[in-house]
Amino acid sequence: MDPIIILHAGIASGTVLLFATIGEIFTERSGILNLGLEGMMLIGAMSAYKTALATGNPWLGVFVAMLAAGLLSQVHAIITIQLQADQVVSGLALTFLGTGLSLVFGEGLSKAGAVALLPSFSIPGLVSIPFLGPIMFEDQSVMVYLGYLLVPLAWYYINRTRPGLHLRAIGEYPAAADALGINVNRLRYFYVLVGGMLAGVAGATISLAVSPGWFSHLTTSGQGWIAIGLVIFAQWDPIRAAGGSYAFGALRRMILDIQGPMKIFGLRNPFYYNPYWGFFLQMLPYAFTIVVLVIGSREAIRKRMGSPAALGLPYIRGERGL
Amino acid sequence: MSRSMALRLAVLLTLLALALTACGGEEAPEVVGGFEIPAVEEGKFNIAMVLIGPHDDGGWSQAHFEGLEYVAENVPDVHIAYIENVPEGADSEQIFRSLSRKGFDLIFGTSFGYMDPMEVLAEEFPDVTYIHISGIKSNMTNFGNLFGAMENMKYMAGMLAGARAQMDGNPKLGYMATFPIPEEIRLGNAIALGMRETCPECTLDVRWINTWHDPIIEKEAAASLFDAGAQVVFTGADTPAVADVAQEKGKWGVTYDWYGSCKIDACLTAPYWVWGPVYAEIAEGVIAGTYTPGWDYFDGDTGALGLYGFMEGEELQPGVAELPEDVIQAVRDLVADTLVGDFTRFDVFSGPIYDNQGNLIVPEGKALEQVDLDAFPEFGLGCEYCMKWWAEGITAELPE
Repeated sequence: MDPIIILHAGIASGTVLLFATIGEIFTERSGILNLGLEGMMLIGAMSAYKTALATGNPWLGVFVAMLAAGLLSQVHAIITIQLQADQVVSGLALTFLGTGLSLVFGEGLSKAGAVALLPSFSIPGLVSIPFLGPIMFEDQSVMVYLGYLLVPLAWYYINRTRPGLHLRAIGEYPAAADALGINVNRLRYFYVLVGGMLAGVAGATISLAVSPGWFSHLTTSGQGWIAIGLVIFAQWDPIRAAGGSYAFGALRRMILDIQGPMKIFGLRNPFYYNPYWGFFLQMLPYAFTIVVLVIGSREAIRKRMGSPAALGLPYIRGERGL
Repeated sequence: MSRSMALRLAVLLTLLALALTACGGEEAPEVVGGFEIPAVEEGKFNIAMVLIGPHDDGGWSQAHFEGLEYVAENVPDVHIAYIENVPEGADSEQIFRSLSRKGFDLIFGTSFGYMDPMEVLAEEFPDVTYIHISGIKSNMTNFGNLFGAMENMKYMAGMLAGARAQMDGNPKLGYMATFPIPEEIRLGNAIALGMRETCPECTLDVRWINTWHDPIIEKEAAASLFDAGAQVVFTGADTPAVADVAQEKGKWGVTYDWYGSCKIDACLTAPYWVWGPVYAEIAEGVIAGTYTPGWDYFDGDTGALGLYGFMEGEELQPGVAELPEDVIQAVRDLVADTLVGDFTRFDVFSGPIYDNQGNLIVPEGKALEQVDLDAFPEFGLGCEYCMKWWAEGITAELPE
């Protein structure tokens, strides 16, 4: 059980969660809760794989994934922003819609054969940093490196730029933003689109980089829900989201590797002597998600955690309230 | 877009959706828990199969599905249907119930976790015959158990993998196991016994993945075993993930279940199932009223077991062709013996067999019996040796 190997694999699979979580952070910061991540990720994974298979170009696959998942997210936007329907219900419906569409269009794709994948490479120079080099910069997918870039960019955008200020304003106090001449609903459409496109990238990262292939609904196997939990855990902050994503990625791999050695740090390894314990670890990300969602559903706690005040509420000009 | 226009659009979309559903046919198919229940054909013998994965998964489910197709082609007047991706346990019970209500005469359930639901339904529908693959239960009337001596083929694959690891100078093998049940332990032990035959210093590392079919977890577990040093990795799960990962890592994989799973060069061989003839025989027997469901455990002389590269019309995989001639010949001889019934599951598990704690499990001159292959002591089936031990060379422990 080598921590470098576990963390290396953890960053790779955590990158999927990272894109999805940061996308959802943008969406929720604007005041829209989109529970349809799982469906959008599946659409992204399927369309990316299908496009790469048809054209031989994985980058085109990523682009089409962004387009397809972005398009799907606009269904949620129309329903929740324009028609002001319940965001939770619409998000759940989006999950089913996305899952169903991806299964229909992905028919027969699971045995399609090899496709051109996104490249993996090492970053010269950085790779020789002790400990971190072999984990972060050695033979990782290009999507992992893009993930590294996205985290600070997203943080800077949200916290230090003018459009970022507008984003926070429409999520916190849309009436005030509206009074300042910001078009609340148009911006919300835009950030739902951003969230959808990043969910598409997350899906493409699975099917063209981290676990290449299309495996119907098992392609994402609930990672969209984990990402939704991570948003709350990360307190709507991209940097914390990165920590959470990579930690969950590493946990996935650790559950397997920990079964190997008889002793850990010179002590009897309980996961070696009782393989059932590993199944408990396997449950942790999902249990964590449930706990976080329960905590996050209490409004008082959610406020203290930094939840956007207008999250989940439609904005209707002229009506009182947020 | 104004509010009223949006509303009109929504109404339009709803109407369109309704119209589309209505066009789906005069009679909407019955849907249970998201699964469409197929219809029966009057006047025919109707056979249904429930699959845990997709029917084209390239492994376990595909092998069963092709067996079902074989039945349709070779048994007169049958109608076949299947439902795929059905989760184990309580969810599957309503699927089996719906199929029984629909009027299917014979229902195959092809995953371990369908066992208890099928047992329940066999009571409710005494006129339906239920055949459960890979389980440990039967009611001796209309709920039967069916499995075969895959341990023979796993044993020989273990011989090949051991020889390969020895030749590559890295005597470590890996086994990706699904759930700690007798079947998975039996097959792991068969691999280890074969491995020790050709490579006495070899060890076998184990990872439990807690699923039969999850292509991504299967890949991760294969990577975990290879990264921990394994030269050849076996899978007990449904997909050829071990060979794909082996290809990436420049190592070897041994796939399972379906003859088509061992296509790439990194695949050494695949112990596989040929369900067609067995299923056809059962279907004919049920139609004629001569087949009594019970404990049906077949050996290699039925032709239902294969070892990829060694059966008629197959070529050795490149990684096997390079092995010492005497190893290849030894495996060829055992395959030939298996096909005529001279090498059975009891020959694989004949003493002396030691476990990985150094205890003598089966003494010289004795062999495991059928009940030992299928049972833990706590099942109360009266096994003497049982299947709750890891053979010598396996570097893992079993749950207490």
